[in-house]
Amino acid sequence: MALAFPFSAIAGQEEMKQAILIAAIDPGVGGVLAFGDRGTGKSTTVRALAALLPQMQAVAGCRYRCDPAQASRLCSDCRERRTHGPLPVETVSVPVVDLPLGASEDRVVGALDLERALAKGEKAFEPGLLARANRGFLYVDEVNLLEDHLVDLLIDVAASGENVVERDGLSVRHPARFVLVGSGNPEEGELRPQLLDRFGMSVEVKTPTDLATRILVVRRRDAFDRDPEAFIAAWAAEDATLRAKIVAAHAHLPTVDVPDSVLESASRLCIALGTDGLRAELTLMRTARALAALHGRDEVTEAELREVAPSALRHRLRRNPLDDSGSTVRVERALAELFGA
Amino acid sequence: MSEAPSPAQMVAALLAVDPQGLGGVVLRGMPGPGRDGFLAALRDALPEETPWRRLPLSISDSRLLGGMDLSATLRAGRPISERGLLAEADGGIVIAAMAERLTPLTTAQLCAALDRGMVVAAREGIGVEHAANIAVVALDEGIEEGEIAPSALRDRLAFLVETDRLATPSAATRDEVLMARLRLAHVEISDDAIAALAATSLVLGIDSLRAPLLAVRAARAQAALAGRDVVSEEDISLAGALVLAPRATRIPQSEHEEAEPPPPEPETPPENSDKQPDPAQGQMEDRVLEAIKAAIPAGLLAMLQAAALRNQRAKTGGKAGAWQKSGKRGRPGSTRRGEPGPKARLNLIETLRTAAPWQPLRRAESASLAAVLVRPEDFMVTRFRQRQERTTIFVVDASGSLAANRLAEAKGAVELLLAECYVRRDQVAMIAFRGKGAEILLPPTRSLVRAKRALRQLPGGGGTPLAAGIASSAALAEQIARKGGAPAIVLLTDGSANIARDTSPGRIQAGLDAMEEARGLRGAGRCSLVVDTSQRPAVAAQNLADAMGAVYLPMPYADATGLSRAVQSVLPKD
Repeated sequence: MALAFPFSAIAGQEEMKQAILIAAIDPGVGGVLAFGDRGTGKSTTVRALAALLPQMQAVAGCRYRCDPAQASRLCSDCRERRTHGPLPVETVSVPVVDLPLGASEDRVVGALDLERALAKGEKAFEPGLLARANRGFLYVDEVNLLEDHLVDLLIDVAASGENVVERDGLSVRHPARFVLVGSGNPEEGELRPQLLDRFGMSVEVKTPTDLATRILVVRRRDAFDRDPEAFIAAWAAEDATLRAKIVAAHAHLPTVDVPDSVLESASRLCIALGTDGLRAELTLMRTARALAALHGRDEVTEAELREVAPSALRHRLRRNPLDDSGSTVRVERALAELFGA
Repeated sequence: MSEAPSPAQMVAALLAVDPQGLGGVVLRGMPGPGRDGFLAALRDALPEETPWRRLPLSISDSRLLGGMDLSATLRAGRPISERGLLAEADGGIVIAAMAERLTPLTTAQLCAALDRGMVVAAREGIGVEHAANIAVVALDEGIEEGEIAPSALRDRLAFLVETDRLATPSAATRDEVLMARLRLAHVEISDDAIAALAATSLVLGIDSLRAPLLAVRAARAQAALAGRDVVSEEDISLAGALVLAPRATRIPQSEHEEAEPPPPEPETPPENSDKQPDPAQGQMEDRVLEAIKAAIPAGLLAMLQAAALRNQRAKTGGKAGAWQKSGKRGRPGSTRRGEPGPKARLNLIETLRTAAPWQPLRRAESASLAAVLVRPEDFMVTRFRQRQERTTIFVVDASGSLAANRLAEAKGAVELLLAECYVRRDQVAMIAFRGKGAEILLPPTRSLVRAKRALRQLPGGGGTPLAAGIASSAALAEQIARKGGAPAIVLLTDGSANIARDTSPGRIQAGLDAMEEARGLRGAGRCSLVVDTSQRPAVAAQNLADAMGAVYLPMPYADATGLSRAVQSVLPKD
């Protein structure tokens, strides 16, 4: 219904854009949280993502768009169908699903198909938003205002990659692997650490203070509002170039090498910052590798590591709630200490 | 200047020309002729069929967003959705009454509709999207400084108007508005004009990028209304005066105004004129800026200074109270089978869901003609656990009577308690008293970082206006309780006082005043705790605690766990 502002036309906000691109190249990095000032285009950037995503292969007719190449992740229907012969394949768009505030639990996890139940007396499962987001992106705007019981649900499903529904006398489980993308304004409340942990990257979005960027933002937004179709057409070539870059980087990703020296640097950085467990290191590596792929490199270098470190680590430093030096500052300090200015 | 309408008089007409583009208006002030006049002028200027919906404060999500139409569903035997208020208002105006009390959630729903021009409902068995191109008229009746329409909403509405000062709006006829709407699509605005508005907003210290964008749209609407095809400099000035001036957080100094005290600035702004490549553009900017400065109400400078001081302490000042207050609506307990009762409400939808699969079966064995056959065993209930939000108000004696090392210890104690509050997700507020009076260092917040910063920057020394400290905490507690919160007061003092309520020095009067305030607190029935910070447990603090009806705790015995246990015992329970 509402047309999306083109991604390439977004001025400034380089860190947020880069994080979104990294998530598009390697969904395995685990999502992006964009937290920051009002009126900085957080949701505009996320909604622009859909137009950049390449198409993907899915089992034709499957409600969860199962990946035919990943036998272990097929839903029960597809597994059943596969015993009768090869699965038909179709090309579909990668879904970007909005989880609107005020959504009720049954719409999120799925529930009894009311229409069929009322009309035919059949007990059938109607998939929810989690099913629609499988193999795609789930976007929660104002994620810090999401009600607690939905947060619990997201935390659980995001970790397991599977949605288990036990309600209305139904017992259904289906794959629900999605990249969680959230945005919000920290003044309206903080996020639970468990939910923070589900985001691979977190970016701090600040309002641009240089005049040239601000003028550009206002001018482009104004042009878009006046004639969205023409504006999108004017930027179509740029968006197509970017999409091609994502496709190339995605294909290139498995061949990007991570030298031992870079691995060691990543570990040292995480130790210096006192991050919990191995997740921080893994995410740091994956984001650095996706960035190297985007840059067309065959090997991750320290430069990529340094570039992604703030996004990959800043939300994992919540050890001491009373330390008020910003986490970005702490990451940058550790980077300077380890690698020199 | 007498014949031309003032900028504020143009707001209703501009909004009528481009309601969705401009987002709407915040009308701040009590009901009265100013507000009524504005609403009447807006309504008269809008096309007759324009939807006009009033948003009640207590609206439910299903009414706001849309949901299942239960009676139609039962009648038809299949799910039928009904549109919510936002969808009904498509193409028109939503009046948000008592906007200063909007919950964060309702605010977010309104903002989402404003941003996207549509509403997405995913509720109760229904998933639908409806167009919702709306403009919002927010009636902000806040009186105190902190009571204000949510900043997320203010950010999206082009105009912020004080209704008390509002003269009769300049009337635009429906025909004029319709002509202007037709013209609007063709009105051009030069790049320089956009640059001037962007630069001006930066100079005025306006962070949000929505402000200059809304100003561009306002300028265009004004040009259309005046019958111009190109936005003129006057249009730009008017738009700046209406959209940017009320959002200014600092007033730039020009050469002739050096007599004014410079507003304190936390950081140097990226400066204005020296970066302008084009001198002509710089001139336009200057003239626009002058027009805007003329529109900035007198007294704003003083307010800005106060705000800037606050900001230094607590990064984001003015927006306190109203936002954080309503907070959690509590988690609706799980829905399960059971009998409805006082604490469990019948959940009709879930009940119908439960009953649905059995219908064909039941119909076969029953002669009833009812569309849906519901039996008691289908009843589903939802339990609500409405949790009152707790706010702990720390009142800290920062005067000279508290020796420096004791102040440090008191700070340490507060820090421990802060960590506790963080774990419980409680709000905290902080008041310090020293010198002549008391000051709210930190309005209620859940941000631990801000609390800690406020605490660290707490200066010491000066007289001990204990009465003022207690009075200030009583007022804040009252404010919190009025908003439905549960306040608790933690007073850190040695019980001595030497500044009376009228700020005159003198131990005796100061002591009497303090006791009187303390009794007042008891009368209001506030939960409180007095932490005695004197070297040895003193009679003074104990008497004060008695007068307050407070739990008394001498700090020599108040280690970390002791303190937090004491606070736990005082705080209202869930």
